[in-house]
Amino acid sequence: MHELSITEHLLEYCMEEAHRQNVSKIRTINVCIGQLRGIIPDCIQVYLDMLSEGTIAEGAKLKAKLLPVKVRCLECGREGEMIPGRLECPFCGSLKLKLLSGKEFYIESLEVDENGNQSAASDHGLE
Amino acid sequence: MEIKVLHQIMDWNEDVSEEVKEELKKHHICMINVMGSPGAGKTSLIISLIEKLKSRFRIGVIEGDIAGQVDAEKIASLQIPAVQLNTDGACHIEAMSIQNILPSLSLDELDLIFVENIGNLVCPAEFRIGESMRITLLSIPEGDDKVEKYPLMFTDTDCLVLNKYDMLPYFDFDETRVRSNFNAVNPGAPLFCISSRDGEGVEELADLIAEKMEEK
Repeated sequence: MHELSITEHLLEYCMEEAHRQNVSKIRTINVCIGQLRGIIPDCIQVYLDMLSEGTIAEGAKLKAKLLPVKVRCLECGREGEMIPGRLECPFCGSLKLKLLSGKEFYIESLEVDENGNQSAASDHGLE
Repeated sequence: MEIKVLHQIMDWNEDVSEEVKEELKKHHICMINVMGSPGAGKTSLIISLIEKLKSRFRIGVIEGDIAGQVDAEKIASLQIPAVQLNTDGACHIEAMSIQNILPSLSLDELDLIFVENIGNLVCPAEFRIGESMRITLLSIPEGDDKVEKYPLMFTDTDCLVLNKYDMLPYFDFDETRVRSNFNAVNPGAPLFCISSRDGEGVEELADLIAEKMEEK
């Protein structure tokens, strides 16, 4: 449930970025998550749906690319991707490993509508 | 249209964590983040560390809990300044919460602060809180599969405490499995076998903390 506060800040950052870039609608938030992190994309989506209501990010989809845990084996010297849940060298099974990656967590890009296109015009029609 | 962003999502917490670290540095304080499951023995470990270290350092405690005052009262009964940080449902402590609660401790009168994090093996590992050292606890009754199941809690820490070590004969707990898994994800990090109930094994960890205190 730590995803709630993460989503609050994620959304806040996306809204600021949207404001800077003068966009009218956020459609998709593309994030990358290393598989060592305990962050569940579906949880973020639930909170995102809740928190984005009434904003330009309402209905936005979170697309998460899960990045593998990469290790260098200190015994056979090879580099490779670890099989989730198995803390050993994927080649020789050694337990002497150096973690190379797997803790990433960043926004890669936003898919948005630019200000002034059709979806912006159809907003509310109040003005 | 797609906008390239490349923004580290946890920066909001990391930035505040750095500010807390700076603040503590000004007061020459070392802060230790104690993490582990509910019931792993975090409070008992802190109490036994206080017993070993209180003659050398001025110690304070921040007790993180979802609700209640029980742990802070236990610590305060040892004449150690303690503040309770209730997260009102949240499963972890964030740097901002520490920043907000620090002024309620007299920082000029402290050398060492223990933060007891919320009992949980997942969420607290994601959030730096300005600490200069992390201790992860795993108690024998919890089982020997936890490093595989919750790797981040064991990679992002400075040492592992196998607590309730006196219970080892009564459980099917494969110590070698935990040792080798921990060494795989966190090579070179020390592992301590402790029974905080009777203080067995606490000395070595207290020495490591004392060493850390000299570094600051």
